[in-house]
Amino acid sequence: MPELTYLEALREGLREEMQRDERVFILGEDVGRYGGAFKVTDGFAAEFGDARVIDTPISEAAIVGAAAGAAHLGMRPVAEMQFIDFISCAYDMLTNYVATARYRANLACPIVVRGPCGGYVRGGPFHSQNPEAAFLHTPGLKIVCPATARDAKGLIKAAIRDDDPVLYFEHKYLYRRIKEQLPEDGDLLTPIGRARVAREGTDLSIVTYSAMVWKALEAAQALEKEDGLDVEVLDLRTLLPMDDDAILATVRKTNRVMIVHEDTRTGGVAGEIAARINESAFEWLDAPVLRVTAADTPLPYAPTLEDAVLPQVADIVTVARRLAAY
Amino acid sequence: MSDKGLQRPATEPSVAPPARGGPKTSARRRADAGIPAALSRAQLLELYYFMRLTRSLEERLTNLYRQGKVIGGLFRSLGQEADSVGSAYALDRTAGDMLSPLIRNLGSLLVMGARPVDVLRQYMAKATGPTRGRELNVHFGDLEAGFIGQISHLGDMVPVMAGVTLTFRMRGERRVGLVYVGDGAMSTGAFHEGMNLAAVRRLPLVVIAENNGYAYSTTLERQTAVAELAVKSKAYGVPAERLDGNDVLAVYEATRRAVDRAREGEGVTLLELVTFRRKGHAEHDDQHYVPREELARWEKRDPIARFAQRLTENGWSDGDALASADARVAAELDAAVAEAEGEPLPEAATALAGVYADPPRQPAPWYREVPRA
Repeated sequence: MPELTYLEALREGLREEMQRDERVFILGEDVGRYGGAFKVTDGFAAEFGDARVIDTPISEAAIVGAAAGAAHLGMRPVAEMQFIDFISCAYDMLTNYVATARYRANLACPIVVRGPCGGYVRGGPFHSQNPEAAFLHTPGLKIVCPATARDAKGLIKAAIRDDDPVLYFEHKYLYRRIKEQLPEDGDLLTPIGRARVAREGTDLSIVTYSAMVWKALEAAQALEKEDGLDVEVLDLRTLLPMDDDAILATVRKTNRVMIVHEDTRTGGVAGEIAARINESAFEWLDAPVLRVTAADTPLPYAPTLEDAVLPQVADIVTVARRLAAY
Repeated sequence: MSDKGLQRPATEPSVAPPARGGPKTSARRRADAGIPAALSRAQLLELYYFMRLTRSLEERLTNLYRQGKVIGGLFRSLGQEADSVGSAYALDRTAGDMLSPLIRNLGSLLVMGARPVDVLRQYMAKATGPTRGRELNVHFGDLEAGFIGQISHLGDMVPVMAGVTLTFRMRGERRVGLVYVGDGAMSTGAFHEGMNLAAVRRLPLVVIAENNGYAYSTTLERQTAVAELAVKSKAYGVPAERLDGNDVLAVYEATRRAVDRAREGEGVTLLELVTFRRKGHAEHDDQHYVPREELARWEKRDPIARFAQRLTENGWSDGDALASADARVAAELDAAVAEAEGEPLPEAATALAGVYADPPRQPAPWYREVPRA
């Protein structure tokens, strides 16, 4: 089994789907001849031709709108946002046009909009964002956030095959930092809507996703070593639709839950998860649901500032100790 | 709005049309000599029928609106029927051409095969309507028939139709797309992005800019610093024509040229159709901001009256034929209103279905358990 980075796994998933299904095509800025700003589609233009790997003008709304039009006619477009920060330029198209198409007009709109999200790379306010909360509030969209190379591949393939629009947020910090041996299986799929227990534990649960899974696992190790705590880590993988069963199962198992995400705090995904736990499993809780998130600021550039804003392993450890002691 | 610079196509018939046809021309063909764009008399009558159907359907809707049976707003295209009907008529439905309308393009939908009964159902929010009570008015589509429903966000359909025509191209299909914008929609970012994308990839797309003078209450002069929308084509490197949008034959001919160009792989054309919105933005709007003399001036250019006069003056049709088209419209609308009026609103339980293909149904909040459909 070859060892693939997160980025290579994503690339392989895309390539396999383009080989498998001629309806799949890619459009975005610099995705063709250049191979994408992060080289996710490196070599694709040569392999699949310009007609299926389309370099577009700097027009996120047109990229998403054109993808939608093609999808109505039965195509399976994958639209790349060069950095996911620019998805806000297509917010109208995604929330008003794409997300409502099936409901209002019985129009299928099976598009994937993917792009690099996340910080810890000193990218500053416009190359580091995590926009999931802005779309979690939109019925009709699906949102996936792979944390592992396996899910990078499995979720892109599942997203392309899904009959609904899927936002695929890939974390750029993970692109080349994690590696995994993956089976050479053309049908390696990660089901959309299913979380995964990344680490079994009995004392408390960390519900998280994307790059924070790795920080949570690191914190769990430290807590085991230093405090003797047995921490469970739940990797949501999909945010919309959310895997309520998996969340409630870990609540019932450990009775102490914290939620960790890299996005800012107010109006973030953690609030939604906490509300669901409160409504459905209040009697199973031995402590309040706590959050570890970024502070409510734009993301600053300087390493000292970025580190001060983004959640760190030490933050997770601190909050976990508070939760365990409650 | 100024009419200066309003270009009419060179092929517009003069009072004494030039003789056409040679020895091979049939008697029928000779009789039709002078009809622009090689249209037959039957087609001329069909154009008249669609314009009349559009206007009369909207008049029926106005009555239903006053009776409180139209649940939402009512949008009229009074005086703009020629631009919708003439442009849509230039598409080749048998070739699979497609369009996406704006709110004042009821006529285009009817040309593409939308049924008046479905328009009535849409306005009255009936369960039987094409969107099953989920969307309003002419916001509905039919991929088979060749039209995709718009959303309220102006300009958004330009990128969508760019994607539709990109797909035609990718599949090697000789199909053409057409999309409507107005003097207001052309101010949106989506219009610009879609137009630029379609232009740079030379997609088979015709963009119709309906210049009806007003976007809600905002005049053209407050909407854009250019006097003529057609000049915006220069920024995209595409050809444009500006013409009388109340002349259905001129609209048909110009659109037909643009459609042919698109089909031949020559890319996007922008057509500015100069017309006028003779009603308010919607039925609630008394358009007090529109000078009365401007309204009166455009009333004299009514596209249906003008076309009827031209048909009879040129001997292309006669009063009997037009009266019989009017009677056909009235009978069809009587039947459509009778059919739609008594139909039910959608069951509440259907509200949660179909947001996604999977899952097929959204959960109801626990305090509002809705029975299964």
